[in-house]
Amino acid sequence: MKESIVVHGIEKIIGPLLFLSHTEHVGYDELVVIETPDGTTKNGKVLEVNKDYTIVEVFENTSRLSLKGTNVKFLGSSYKLGVSTEMLGRIFSGSGKPRDNIPPPIVEEYFDINGSPINPVKREYPKDFIQTGISAIDCLFSIVRGQKLPIFSGFGLPHNKIVGQIINQATIRDSEEMVIIFGAMGVSQDEVYFFKKVFEESGVYQRVVMFLNLANDPPMERLLTPRIALTLAEYLAFKEGMHVLVLLSDMSSYAEALREVSSSKGEIPSRKGYPGYLYTDFASIYERAGRIKGVKGSITQIPILSMPNDDITHPIPDLTGYITEGQIVLDRELHNKGIYPPIKVLDSLSRLMKDGIGEGKTREDHPDLSSQLYASYSKSKSIEELALIIGQQELSKLDQTYLEFGNKFINRFIKQDWKEDRPIEKTLDLAWEILSTLPKSELNRINEKIIDKYYMFL
Amino acid sequence: MSSFGEIISVSGSLVKANGLTSAKMNDIVEVGDLKLIGEIIRLESDICYIQVYEETSGLHLHEPVMTKEIPLSVELGPGLIGSIFDGIQRPLTEIGKKFGGFIPRGVKLPALDRHKKWHFVPKVKVNDKVKPGDILGEIKESEVIVHKLMTPYKVNGRIKSIGEGDFLIDDNFALIESNGKEIPIKGYQTWPVRIPRPYLNKLPVDTPLITGQRVIDTFFPISKGGKACIPGGFGTGKTMTLQTIAKWSDATIIVYIGCGERGNEMSDILSEFPKLEDPRTGKILMNRTIIIANTSNMPVSAREASIYTGITIAEYYRDQGFDVALIADSTSRWAEALREISGRLEEIPAEEGYPPYLASRLADFYERSGKVETLGGFNGSVTIMGAVSPPGSDFSEPVTQYTIKLVKTLWELDRDLAYSRHYPAINWINSFSKDYDFLVDWFSTNISEDHAEYRQKALELLIKDNNLQQLIKIIGEEGLPEQERLIVFISNIIKEGFLRQNALDPIERYTILEKQFMMLKTIIDFYDKATNLMTKFHITLDEIIDLPIIEEIKRMKYIPNEKYKDIKKISDKMEEEFKNLL
Ligand SMILES: Nc1ncnc2c1ncn2[C@@H]1O[C@H](COP(=O)(O)OP(=O)(O)OP(=O)(O)O)[C@@H](O)[C@H]1O
Ligand SMILES: [Mg+2]
Repeated sequence: MKESIVVHGIEKIIGPLLFLSHTEHVGYDELVVIETPDGTTKNGKVLEVNKDYTIVEVFENTSRLSLKGTNVKFLGSSYKLGVSTEMLGRIFSGSGKPRDNIPPPIVEEYFDINGSPINPVKREYPKDFIQTGISAIDCLFSIVRGQKLPIFSGFGLPHNKIVGQIINQATIRDSEEMVIIFGAMGVSQDEVYFFKKVFEESGVYQRVVMFLNLANDPPMERLLTPRIALTLAEYLAFKEGMHVLVLLSDMSSYAEALREVSSSKGEIPSRKGYPGYLYTDFASIYERAGRIKGVKGSITQIPILSMPNDDITHPIPDLTGYITEGQIVLDRELHNKGIYPPIKVLDSLSRLMKDGIGEGKTREDHPDLSSQLYASYSKSKSIEELALIIGQQELSKLDQTYLEFGNKFINRFIKQDWKEDRPIEKTLDLAWEILSTLPKSELNRINEKIIDKYYMFL
Repeated sequence: MSSFGEIISVSGSLVKANGLTSAKMNDIVEVGDLKLIGEIIRLESDICYIQVYEETSGLHLHEPVMTKEIPLSVELGPGLIGSIFDGIQRPLTEIGKKFGGFIPRGVKLPALDRHKKWHFVPKVKVNDKVKPGDILGEIKESEVIVHKLMTPYKVNGRIKSIGEGDFLIDDNFALIESNGKEIPIKGYQTWPVRIPRPYLNKLPVDTPLITGQRVIDTFFPISKGGKACIPGGFGTGKTMTLQTIAKWSDATIIVYIGCGERGNEMSDILSEFPKLEDPRTGKILMNRTIIIANTSNMPVSAREASIYTGITIAEYYRDQGFDVALIADSTSRWAEALREISGRLEEIPAEEGYPPYLASRLADFYERSGKVETLGGFNGSVTIMGAVSPPGSDFSEPVTQYTIKLVKTLWELDRDLAYSRHYPAINWINSFSKDYDFLVDWFSTNISEDHAEYRQKALELLIKDNNLQQLIKIIGEEGLPEQERLIVFISNIIKEGFLRQNALDPIERYTILEKQFMMLKTIIDFYDKATNLMTKFHITLDEIIDLPIIEEIKRMKYIPNEKYKDIKKISDKMEEEFKNLL
């Protein structure tokens, strides 16, 4: 490794960016350590190097940094994370330093936190069903191992509870063990307590690694957190053959930090002040999920993000939806009505479910059943709207039946206790029970043979 | 003149270098000690601006830069079919074999296999005169594609030597004597990707590209040589629709560009296509498919190049006389790559940060579609179909707007349809096919003389229904007169029984044109008969709605293609039931 260079003094500081006149032997994207006169250190990386300047992005706060007396040390390579299986059960900061007062684990290997793109030729298409025990998800938006499926949430909505329930209950049909990596960006201490409790109660604590950047931690550090979490995930999944579930919360805080760097650099913003490359930047995180041919492990990602003003067209949920393999959207209206989990069925989608469900995987009727359930619910919703206008008594008999179906669907199928673990068979049976509210002739998305076998005459 | 220089600045994918006095715009350079591949995109006195096609992490000032003094080009020859390349035509399968699951930097592997022997059968003899685009001979490239080795551009002369045999693509397949010089002809040629390949004439379009998708083929068809775009918010079905077309359309060759989209979608194609059979040839689909994959996590600058790499390959097969379908998913990601590079160049942006030349770049790309008479005198075509991903599903944004103005066929995806799982979620009110006017004759000759009439009737019903739906929201369906309720009723049958088509169902995924027409005719005939009975014979709508035949009409779509004539029985039964009403 090349010797590190130390530069004394900074030319100017703009937001999280430092401008240095020294440029010799500086590598693009190189890691730097900033030492202040009082002995504290901060980390950063080289964002640009040219004849006149080196621009350094500081991961921590730049407040109280001075131009003179500050030393900047260039470490000669980009940020590499030391990884090992000993990290399981441990808690780290958002930039990967121990946060649990235990000495750092012994490192087995170092990896660049930016990773490398997976060769699409080498990707194994995900198709192993994960049972979450939550009917809405298992039946309508099934998750498979290696999928990236975010939760679009909003202020005060119970996304953590849902994720907690998934952690408690998730089993894979052939039931191999999972490890969990929790990357927290700008979350509150309360949320961390909640998750710790979930991990402890479900007995998975020793198989969890936490990287915590809390609300009061430096915002710039958040730019590292998901990359660090995924670097460890790649190691555990693809070198150690584990099935890794990566939770990233909250991607909105991440995106805000990115926006801050971009505006400090004077870049021309795209929508809502976010940089034009937000899509690509998100993709460099989300695409680090999946499976690789000939390798046992997998990375499944559940990123959580909050939709500002519950607006799904806001760049953060919008660009996420363009990259991930579906989305689970939470609904304030259902939540206010006391429905848990408040999943907004019509906006949610799992794109990879088609290969993970059906005969030999869940049950033969699952594909048709979920599509029918969805379509019928969609119809009941539009009838509900109509009823608001013309009055329920004006509805035809069939339309009234749809309303009844819609009610049962929300109150008996979607609604579920957060300790209630429904096996897939139970979920599917329940779906038939509710669907059988409707006459057979309305089930135009289900193969006749399947209808004959499963339809229940009530 | 020097072809060497050194780095003076690095910022993301943009590297500046000086000292390269022999630098030319769009030439390829090797950047840094790792020899990363880049392209010169701006020249300013002594400074070269280089767009680097790989991750630039770790580059230092003063590292060397060398220009190769050739423009960014692709290799064109046998071995393209069935392959998958990255945005600058690096062979991903080979890279995977050599380097495993992840793509490292600085990889240099030839696009085409240098060790594979191809059997060559000449089609010209010694002393024959040849000009550019003429066919020298044939190579069986895959089970279904007979590759034509063509005389390269600008080569005119006489065949000096040529013979049948098994050759490596680097071997001399022939010698052409031209102006006293002997020009060796290899198994491949190279072509700069940013320059369209020449042809003799553009020809008017007259034949549909048959996709097997009812809403497309019957209502909004695209011609061979046409250009279409499919805009839609996330999850509305762009990729599914385009992949379905890649699978079942009757193009001879498919070039599929995964431009800044998901890696798993590429692996889906790679695992599915080698198993699926082309309904026409019975041969597996991979035998006619070429994939360019520059997924969203691969370098952005190579994403920008991927579109050109793909279209150049498509033109090359067009020049051999094939009908090529080029699919680009998504052109918005390409436009974003343009924007990102433009931003780094500190160009003055136009709308939403896009460079002012966005519209002209889009136009240049779509302009490379078309049905042509090739230099060799054959007919060939490139059909372009591009996905557009509007941010926030806002169709007024620049990429969507410019693209809609350029294309002849629009398949507009509708969020509400997608959210009610009506797939393909192609909106039947806003979509259009300007190509249909040129295809009327074809449909009339090959399908039925009344094709245009039935299509028109159905579209009119759907438009009326659309207006009625607004009314229903206010007064409810029961408030409408019987005739209008019939329109709503029939439109529902068109929507459910015809327009909606499940791409995942083995029977449904592909519908032959004959069956499409029979289905449509049956529905429209039903409407006409019902109207007649209601107006002339005072039969009520409720009596009509109760007819058992309706269930069968709704399920016509599940009749297998080869049994499409059974639909006639349904229509006979319909006559019968109507008669019984009287
Ligand atoms: N024709 C179809 N038949 C059945 N299902 C479909 C069809 N079209 C879309 N779908 C469903 O919709 C989902 C999303 O479709 P698709 O991936 O094509 O969306 P997209 O428009 O490409 O989204 P993005 O912009 O995020 O890539 C699919 O996974 C599938 O479940
Ligand atoms: Mg898509």
